[in-house]
Amino acid sequence: MKRVAFKPDWLARAGWLLLVAYVVYAVGRLDFSVERFVTGIDNGARFLGRMLPPRIAQPDSLVSGLLESLQIAVLASFAGIVLSLPIGLLAARNLMPAWASWPARAVIAAARSFHPVIVAIIFVKAVGFGALAGIGALVVASIGFIGKLFAEAIEEISLKQVEAVRATGAGFLNVLAYGVMPQVFGRFIGFATYQLDSNLRNSTMVGIVGAGGIGGTLFSAFQRFDYDFVAAILLCIIAMIMVGELLATWVRKVFVDHGRVDEE
Amino acid sequence: MNGAAGVPATLPRRWQRFTPAQRLARFTVYLAVVLAVVTSVRQVEVIPEFLLDAPEQMQDLLSRMWPIAWDHYPGGVHDALVDTLHIATLGTLLAVLMALPIGLMAAHNVVPSRIANQFAKLLLVSSRSVNSLVWALLFVAVFGPGALAGTLAIAFRSIGFVGKLVGEALEETHRGSLEALEAAGAPWLSRLAYGWWPQVKPAFWSIVLFRWDINVRESAVLGLVGAGGIGMALDTAMNLFQWNRVAMVLFAIFAVVVLAELLVTQIRKRIL
Amino acid sequence: MTATGSDQAALSVRGLVKEYVRGKRVLDGLTLDFGGTGLTAVIGASGTGKSTLLRCVNRLVEPTAGQIVFGGRDIVPLSGRALREARREIGMVFQEYNLVERLSVMENLLSGRLGYMPSLQAWLRRFPAADIERAFQLLDHVGLAAQANQRADALSGGQRQRVGIARALMQSPRLLLADEPTSSLDPRTAVEIMELMHALGREHRIPVIVNMHDVELARRFADRIVGLSGGAVVFDGTADALDDDALQRIYGGTSWMQ
Repeated sequence: MKRVAFKPDWLARAGWLLLVAYVVYAVGRLDFSVERFVTGIDNGARFLGRMLPPRIAQPDSLVSGLLESLQIAVLASFAGIVLSLPIGLLAARNLMPAWASWPARAVIAAARSFHPVIVAIIFVKAVGFGALAGIGALVVASIGFIGKLFAEAIEEISLKQVEAVRATGAGFLNVLAYGVMPQVFGRFIGFATYQLDSNLRNSTMVGIVGAGGIGGTLFSAFQRFDYDFVAAILLCIIAMIMVGELLATWVRKVFVDHGRVDEE
Repeated sequence: MNGAAGVPATLPRRWQRFTPAQRLARFTVYLAVVLAVVTSVRQVEVIPEFLLDAPEQMQDLLSRMWPIAWDHYPGGVHDALVDTLHIATLGTLLAVLMALPIGLMAAHNVVPSRIANQFAKLLLVSSRSVNSLVWALLFVAVFGPGALAGTLAIAFRSIGFVGKLVGEALEETHRGSLEALEAAGAPWLSRLAYGWWPQVKPAFWSIVLFRWDINVRESAVLGLVGAGGIGMALDTAMNLFQWNRVAMVLFAIFAVVVLAELLVTQIRKRIL
Repeated sequence: MTATGSDQAALSVRGLVKEYVRGKRVLDGLTLDFGGTGLTAVIGASGTGKSTLLRCVNRLVEPTAGQIVFGGRDIVPLSGRALREARREIGMVFQEYNLVERLSVMENLLSGRLGYMPSLQAWLRRFPAADIERAFQLLDHVGLAAQANQRADALSGGQRQRVGIARALMQSPRLLLADEPTSSLDPRTAVEIMELMHALGREHRIPVIVNMHDVELARRFADRIVGLSGGAVVFDGTADALDDDALQRIYGGTSWMQ
């Protein structure tokens, strides 16, 4: 009797075939033609030529734009982190009664539903052009992101530790501080630093719709066809974000490795 | 130093939660945060009239958006919505293709050259640092307005995300099975296929699904700069101040994002 | 290919030196010959270089100095393709089995042939029929035919080690190395595994070198015992010759002996 070494995985094969079929279909629907692509590459080469070498056409505008983006990111992250701590706590179903957790979860879900750019447009309509709109939009985004993950982290903790602290007669806030937070604080810091990074990235973009920051400078440079200035701005943005990531890693190290007994 | 009855007393032991070095580090962080926040608050321009005006403005906006223009859907919204999904999907697939080699190069246990690792990581950071909207601007300038620019924008932005997470998953793989394959004389590509890939597969699919979900959201707004999809319908409606239609578009975006998330949750439960 | 003549050593280690840290020699100029067939047990206290010795043979660890003569040539300076060709003739069994957990038993077995086929074929799982037939035979031999398509992580420790041994034999090796193959197994399974390796070594006529810390197991199954201490050979003989004096030399201390 012949024995088979490998059973053909029909499900996987069907999956790959479906994928290929989809790609062919979608490319057709979106009207990607080879000529367009080729002319595009040609354009792209010319475009790249105009972008290099990068030139800082308007240093004042560049610096103030970058600073504004930084400020937007800092304030939005600060307010967002501060707000998402209580909102996330309230949204944890294992700690809070339904009348607290359902509204908190609703707020978080609403905050996540829309892209920061769309939220920024709405804020621009509400509070006018400028950094405040950007800050508002990113605060909403932060609450949505950190709130959701923080609530999930709390829902995964060991309740036994919380019970143990409660059994000592500690009040509610102390139970939170000694029972809940030690288990989730590390992850909270992780989410907060990730959001800081994310806000830094987004702060460079909300300016495109008028919500302040370097995005505005970038957009106007684009419209003036100042592509070498665009290149300079992009390089600055990349540098700023890389520094931000390094700082975030350092902050994580400082706050997540902690607690040693010291004898004097 | 002697205590009572001639028994030598030792210094009392103190429990400190953090070492002096850690305390200094934490303090520095707090200080930096306070400084950053205070300087930012001072410099940000807030025009008080606008702030006070805000609730009224919001109310005005909401009243203009209601009733939602449902009839606008078949003509102006549906096709653009489907296009958005195509942009998100094709963009994600393209990103995966491009991210895999870079992610491999970034993992120091797959490619043991530090220079290569750093170069790959640089590419990945750059891809992530440029927002998809900005990528879209670039590609619209190169390829003209339309879905091609949008798809490439999504793809190029996602490379950093997928590449970074895949690189991290690779660095966490179990060394032993790879050692065995190396000892048996298997060439590099075969070790990739038999040693790395089976271990990384679940993480890989999870990352791809996660990114697709995010990309559906991102694709919806790319049209604001002309890169195709429903964002263009949004842009048109806003420019013409047709707020009922804007409301329709926003609702459609919301619905699609929710559906995408439901889909991803279901797939995760079944397959992962 | 049949084994080399019984006079000619299948593996010859000459003046092998290994320093992980400069100045601290874990292997101090070892010279050993391993003959055509038979099971050799390498014993010694932890950290005396047993594992290092084995891993130097297939270059998983790079020797600091010395020669390793296998198949008529020194394999220490080899690299790239030549190294892979040398390695595919040396099978290795590991303490932690080192199977690819998510692959099936059959796939793990066939991965022993990866040194003999081009990557593309391997990726597509197009193994020659002869290899597949051989895999099934080996599976029968180690008693795991029924588990051929099960995932490796569904197996018990003893079963996984059998797969590990079968995988090593799939390479049609001229030498079998085993690095503490029984240390993670219960006593009964350990004996079964040693029996299996001894029998298969005999059957395929290849020398088997096993690293172990269980002296009784060594006495029971080894045709030859090599005792290491301080990076040098302090005993080299049959199980009968392994007396208390010899054990003293190898392990040091007396309180553990009876």
